[in-house]
Amino acid sequence: MKNLNYRNPVGVGKYTGLLLIMPFIIGFALFTLYPFAASLILGLTDYDGIYSPEFIGTENFSDMISSSEFRGAVGVTLKYTFILVPLKLTVSLLAALLLNAEIKGIGVYRTIFYLPSILGSNLAVVIMWQFLFTSGGLVDQLTETVGLPSVGWYGDGNSAMLIIVLLRLWEFGSAMILFLNALRDIPSEYYEAARVDGCGHIRSFFRITLPLLRRVIFLNLVLQTIAAMQEFSAPYMITGGGPMKSTYTIGMLIYDEMFRFHNAGYANAVSWAFFVLVTVLVLILFAVTRKKTEEDI
Amino acid sequence: MKKIPLYILMTLMAVVMIYPLLWLVGASFKTNDEIFSSAWFVPESLDLSVYKRAWETVTPFSMGHYFLNTFFIIIPKTIFAVISSVLVAYGFARFDFPLKKMFFALLMGSMFMPAIVTVMPLYSLWSKIGLHDTYVPLTIPALFAAEGAFVFMLVQFFRGVPREFDEAARIDGCGSMRVLIYILVPCIRPVIVSISVFTFLWTMNDFLTPLIMISSVEKYPLSLILRLSADSTGDGYEQKKIIAMSVIGLIPSVAVFAAAQKKFISGITAGGLSG
Repeated sequence: MKNLNYRNPVGVGKYTGLLLIMPFIIGFALFTLYPFAASLILGLTDYDGIYSPEFIGTENFSDMISSSEFRGAVGVTLKYTFILVPLKLTVSLLAALLLNAEIKGIGVYRTIFYLPSILGSNLAVVIMWQFLFTSGGLVDQLTETVGLPSVGWYGDGNSAMLIIVLLRLWEFGSAMILFLNALRDIPSEYYEAARVDGCGHIRSFFRITLPLLRRVIFLNLVLQTIAAMQEFSAPYMITGGGPMKSTYTIGMLIYDEMFRFHNAGYANAVSWAFFVLVTVLVLILFAVTRKKTEEDI
Repeated sequence: MKKIPLYILMTLMAVVMIYPLLWLVGASFKTNDEIFSSAWFVPESLDLSVYKRAWETVTPFSMGHYFLNTFFIIIPKTIFAVISSVLVAYGFARFDFPLKKMFFALLMGSMFMPAIVTVMPLYSLWSKIGLHDTYVPLTIPALFAAEGAFVFMLVQFFRGVPREFDEAARIDGCGSMRVLIYILVPCIRPVIVSISVFTFLWTMNDFLTPLIMISSVEKYPLSLILRLSADSTGDGYEQKKIIAMSVIGLIPSVAVFAAAQKKFISGITAGGLSG
């Protein structure tokens, strides 16, 4: 956002704008700043959600670090994120390249490709996804037709995680739309010039498209990483975190500690640690992509 | 003719994308044996009675009741989101004020805040003032421009409207609010449609917030009644009923998406949500 500096119209004081954005300021204080501070403070207490919190210092945090359950959940969440995000970015970019073609009926394809990302997090679809992978379900029948042995999808940790990865991968539409917009902004003259210079499709993809998409790739990377790190509803509904906690994400851990075991203090400590983890990850992404950018130039 | 491989590839992908949804609809009509014996989505016979049972749900209330609950959340939330986001975006797009850059940075930053971090303390806050298990925690935050993405989208569109329009209206004696209502809002109507549609679809999809805030079954929105049914019925016969309930639960989202599809995809693609 360059150019936020407008001069006010004649007769408008410098507080009119401030007054207009007041809803945001109040909302930010109440629904972002307050919970953020509260979770740090509650994280330092022993609190069951009912009786008043009792200050216990950093005990929750040291418990957390030594807890194998917490470390397991961090491992599962990171593994899930590292598998899903690169796949999703690749698929959404390829789909955007396909859908950028100027051909008849392209609108229908765009709508179909986009639809799962709109419906996908609806609980109805999450429940359906669970049915698709039950033994004898649609996926088993399809693998059988091609002659593959039926795998017990829910019996093995890796395949259970794959069920959730596939669900979220299927919802690549929102990332695809961002890519599609960015692709449309690339002037076609660039490609024509490249063709004149004897550049093939693949080379012009790597030399023109990819560098020009750098900003939107980064945006998608950050958005998808944050979304994947927070994964809760799919493992909660589809696998219940199993088998053997192999799909037990941090989101599920926070929820369970808060509402099943009533350890509000501990749950808040985990939330806060989780926020730090996400921030660190995003900062690493920033650092790595910045470095890459400089190398390219 | 060079385009034919492209069409084939895209059609194959489209089938993969849409088949699970078709299968879901088909499976709701199938017998249990058929669900697990045929991968083809078209059922052998149309048995509509399952929809009657699905409509009755597993609680004393019908699906109609849960639809109404959901709309009691969605309608105020949408109105709140549109009004607050338009006001805030207007402030950012057309006025200068102290600390503007900092506030805009905070707005952008709040878009990247993981919801799961704030939801636990917010639950404690709402329950302390006795408002958990009401729709207040689900709707009131929308009054405060809670979706930074909407504000961002609107700011970009406001900037596309020439400032001469505002100035002409001001010369004619319009104040800041009248400029907004009579000049700017009509220019950005497609974005308002997009915001309403997104609010609708995201609220239909939201699971975590109602799961945490709403505890009485009679106040459940659709997502929670689906979860309850999926949890409480394990035997084979009822699977069909859950599938049918899921299909019913998807109808509003599909209808809104279909109705708004053209406007709303053009609303996003016109540079709105892209950063």
